[in-house]
Amino acid sequence: MSQGKNVQRTLCIIAVGSALFWSGLGYAMDASDAPEVITMDSLENHYDPVEFNHLEHTEMAACTDCHHHTLGIPPTNESCVKCHENSPEADVLSCGDCHLTDRFGIEALATLDDPQLYHRGTPGLKGAYHLNCVGCHQEVGGPIGCEDCHTMKDAGKKMFKAGKYAPVSKGEKGGH
Amino acid sequence: MKNKIINRRNFIKGGLGGAVVASQLKGKESQAAGAFDHYPDSMGVLVDVTRCVGCRSCEAACNQEQGLPEPEKPFNDYSVFDEVHPHGGHGREERRTTEYNYTIVNKYNVPGVDHPLFRKIQCNHCLEPACLTSCFVNAYSKTPEGAVVYDPTVCVGCRTCMIACPFYVPTFKYGSAFKPRIMKCVFCHETRLKEGRPPACVEICPQEALTFGKRTDLLEMAKSRIRSNPDKYVDHIYGEKEAGGTAWLYLSPVEFDKVGFDVHVPHEPVINFVRDFLSIVPMVLLIWPALFTGFHLLSNRKDAKSQHDEDNQEV
Ligand code: HEC
Ligand code: HEC
Ligand code: HEC
Ligand code: HEC
Ligand code: HEC
Repeated sequence: MSQGKNVQRTLCIIAVGSALFWSGLGYAMDASDAPEVITMDSLENHYDPVEFNHLEHTEMAACTDCHHHTLGIPPTNESCVKCHENSPEADVLSCGDCHLTDRFGIEALATLDDPQLYHRGTPGLKGAYHLNCVGCHQEVGGPIGCEDCHTMKDAGKKMFKAGKYAPVSKGEKGGH
Repeated sequence: MKNKIINRRNFIKGGLGGAVVASQLKGKESQAAGAFDHYPDSMGVLVDVTRCVGCRSCEAACNQEQGLPEPEKPFNDYSVFDEVHPHGGHGREERRTTEYNYTIVNKYNVPGVDHPLFRKIQCNHCLEPACLTSCFVNAYSKTPEGAVVYDPTVCVGCRTCMIACPFYVPTFKYGSAFKPRIMKCVFCHETRLKEGRPPACVEICPQEALTFGKRTDLLEMAKSRIRSNPDKYVDHIYGEKEAGGTAWLYLSPVEFDKVGFDVHVPHEPVINFVRDFLSIVPMVLLIWPALFTGFHLLSNRKDAKSQHDEDNQEV
């Protein structure tokens, strides 16, 4: 279907070969099909974009640790295997195609009115990224500090009252 | 020292004893109960303690959204977790909500857990709010969307709500003796909830530790999280029953008292105590000044409780 388009649309840097691969072949992918570095900026607001080294991560983690079964590889997570062992490659791969940006908007919440829907707690995009990235980093010792992956923009500093928006010291306990 | 302290709930129970006299007011009682039908589609928030990383984004977003005063330290200054607050909530010396912070995140080092846990506090937006029922002038209301909101224009500053609240949430804005104002989380009702949007804290949370939705959906979601991860969660949803049910619900990886929850909050709505208490309202009108002084003293005593036996001279 339209996987090729998806790839082009979403990624800043991507192996052209993968797009070609996509359109035709039916077998599961491996690291060579994946982009090397991805600039993640679809949510950019309080923080700068994230430079995500995809290639490096494919050496440290299984594709299914991040992509579920969507690449056509059976999931490793045992609570998913029982239903998705034979699930085919998904039509979409980009996290944002399934994990909504406006997770708590009226339309998103209305999807729960469908009693047939099995997955009722699918996190939003921001949640999916952090639960996935920070979750693994906590376990294996990757970066977890808020500014390790993305530096704060002016809007963020304003909200956190940090940097030039820092409160003028009220002479209380130190710690800055 | 602890025994001498009259905590707010005991006080209300005490009031109950006195009000048994008034139990002939049965009619009033059942009317009050009937008047309190739940809003079936009301919204809530599910707080998942396993997901919170203590980044304080919720505190920052709340401050910005509600136009609260400048904090003492930037919100990304994590030294606040180690501060000791003699006036902390629940007899612990921890940070609590104040007129400057409608929400607070506290840190807990729990034995046997290899990383710290964090728990967010704010108004729980009870289904049958004790603040509301205890208020003599009807300054509080529960909106159909689920928020417990407050009208400062009618408030007389008696602070009964502060005593009635089982979660120690409403706080009084001092320095405004002639313009009393209770300050507490309002679920971003005016700016967001009314239009079906999630409160600012939920929207900013990077970990989706806060899930916004219909309370009924959230309960289902919470149960499903427990069911599919029985090793990760204790089998309890705090707020499903506590205080008669709250709009804000919590999941935790450890027993709730280990992360700062008061596990002795009765499951019966606090309203049931307050209702009896309320039946003495006509009497209250007569003895208002005396009662008022009483409340004042009590709340002072509560404040003074952890002030290490420093006698409250103002008594
Ligand atoms: C650490 C997590 C992680 C691992 C491990 C990982 N990926 Fe990815 N991958 C991502 C993220 C994040 C993206 C960006 C998706 C987006 O644009 O939303 C991505 C994008 C892709 C894309 C482009 C998809 C598109 O259309 O946006 C492909 C293809 C891909 N990965 C394949 C793989 C393969 C094959 C493996 C295993 C060899 C793998 N990935 C391992 C996180 C991971
Ligand atoms: C009890 C069976 C069951 C289990 C267990 C289950 N799923 Fe699913 N999954 C479904 C069903 C049914 C759908 C179809 C959409 C729906 O109803 O949500 C689905 C759809 C999906 C999709 C979208 C697939 C696509 O091609 O569009 C993803 C991704 C997914 N599940 C991931 C997971 C993950 C990750 C887990 C484990 C944490 C998991 N599932 C566990 C039943 C299950
Ligand atoms: C085809 C749709 C689809 C795509 C693409 C997809 N997800 Fe998911 N994801 C789901 C569904 C459905 C669930 C809900 C599974 C469940 O119930 O735990 C889910 C669950 C999750 C969870 C929560 C898992 C848990 O155990 O609670 C995380 C984290 C996550 N996805 C991250 C990602 C990331 C990161 C990407 C991109 C690399 C991604 N997802 C791509 C559909 C998708
Ligand atoms: C399955 C585990 C896992 C997941 C999931 C994961 N990472 Fe990592 N990540 C690591 C490890 C391990 C390191 C440490 C590498 C090192 O120290 O050499 C790391 C390092 C990093 C670094 C430091 C710089 C670098 O590239 O070495 C960044 C940035 C990063 N990850 C971003 C992300 C983002 C963004 C995501 C989610 C889209 C993510 N990671 C998901 C395991 C993971
Ligand atoms: C492992 C890397 C990583 C860490 C650590 C991390 N984030 Fe993120 N964060 C991401 C990624 C990836 C995105 C998506 C960026 C995009 O698409 O614009 C993101 C986006 C966000 C966004 C939404 C975009 C914006 O600019 O407003 C917020 C808010 C955010 N992060 C907050 C935090 C906070 C607070 C922390 C500290 C608890 C944190 N993040 C730690 C990877 C990380």
